[in-house]
Amino acid sequence: MTLATLAAGWLCAGVSHAAPGFVPVAGGRFTSVLPAGPGSDDSTIELPAFHIMVTPVTNGEFLAFLGEHPEWRRDRVPRVFAEQTYLDHWPSAVSLGAKAAADQPVTRVSWFAAQAYCEAQQARLPTWHEYEHVLAADATRIDARQDAAWRERMLSWYSRPSGGTLPAVGRSTPNIHGIRDLHGLVWEWALDFNALLVSADNRNQGDAQLLKFCGEGALAVTDRDNYPVLMRLAMLSALQAGHTTRSLGFRCARDGGRNGE
Amino acid sequence: MKNPFALVMLLFAVAASAALPGDSVLQLEARLVTHDERTMTLASRAGAPQLVSLFFTRCDYACPLIIDTAKQIDRQLTGPQRSRLRVLLVSLDPQRDDPAALRALAAQRRLDLGRWTLARMEPLPLRKLAALLDVKYRRLESGDFSHTAVLVLLDSAGRILARTEHMGIPEPAFVDAVRRATAPTS
Repeated sequence: MTLATLAAGWLCAGVSHAAPGFVPVAGGRFTSVLPAGPGSDDSTIELPAFHIMVTPVTNGEFLAFLGEHPEWRRDRVPRVFAEQTYLDHWPSAVSLGAKAAADQPVTRVSWFAAQAYCEAQQARLPTWHEYEHVLAADATRIDARQDAAWRERMLSWYSRPSGGTLPAVGRSTPNIHGIRDLHGLVWEWALDFNALLVSADNRNQGDAQLLKFCGEGALAVTDRDNYPVLMRLAMLSALQAGHTTRSLGFRCARDGGRNGE
Repeated sequence: MKNPFALVMLLFAVAASAALPGDSVLQLEARLVTHDERTMTLASRAGAPQLVSLFFTRCDYACPLIIDTAKQIDRQLTGPQRSRLRVLLVSLDPQRDDPAALRALAAQRRLDLGRWTLARMEPLPLRKLAALLDVKYRRLESGDFSHTAVLVLLDSAGRILARTEHMGIPEPAFVDAVRRATAPTS
């Protein structure tokens, strides 16, 4: 690698690290894969405006958070809030290293730890609907989901084997909202990951399923062609809040305000 | 700190949570407002084994069943065992389940309010508590909730001893766990 490339790399890394900002996303009517209610085909929701981070949270940013909030260090966090594997790719509780570069998205974080980081930024994890909405966008369209070619491209990204070094954040093309790295970098926690009550259509299974999902039956997914979203749904709904995985990171969001507060 | 009283309360909360083991769900910093309008921290629920579940008053299928199942468990205990067991039902629907609604349900279901507590929490702490108990729930457009029906048994320090999703006839293994948890401590 030439000195120029290195310098360019540092410069780019410096820029994305110095401005881990939020961008606004307009609200509006949105069609979710999750139906609005039991036995309902209607999956259109009214999504309020919000703000979301341009890129996922990095190792460097998470390390800075631990400086202010040492109770979230892997050697101090209560076991209920993060399982044994929490940040176990870091060489120590408070240092980064070969397997955890400053500008890589932080992974091996539990839902509790991710949410705590966001709260420290006066923010929160994004909701499932907020993710669905921004995941649907490409560089020029707010909603590219009807485009079969786009869905094919998404599917091919998600089909790539996940070995190898995790790239730094901020390298991918921004979507129309200005958000990067939503597809193909890391999976991301959602605030309401434990709201994802789904199963294959099992309204015929009668009482057994009614018992499991209070009186409403399980909610069947309405759009089975949107594989990236379905994979994300399957992944999040299988997790518990203390869990961590090598490919699961997060970013933060804020409620929309009139002045972007 | 806005005032010294808040500071004292914080210190109590810190002291309480400092005493709790790392695997206690009661370490979650959260407040409950009970059916009789008392405000308490989740940490203050330590001290006795308890069954915890999430429900809402307008739920008319699985939630009555959750309550029935908990009552059946109560009935399968000896008097002394029962006296050592607490039950905490937290509403998924804090907007509509105010203390009056909780009291009305308790009366309707003839709950033993000496040991049973119905409560509500703010939405974000509630989401965190559900995450700790591995209960899934989702608010529907109608304002009702879809959720998993779960009873979780905590020991007196708030550690999860057992959980069951079998409503109706209580799982024998779960009842055994409750009996062990409510055995006399010497």
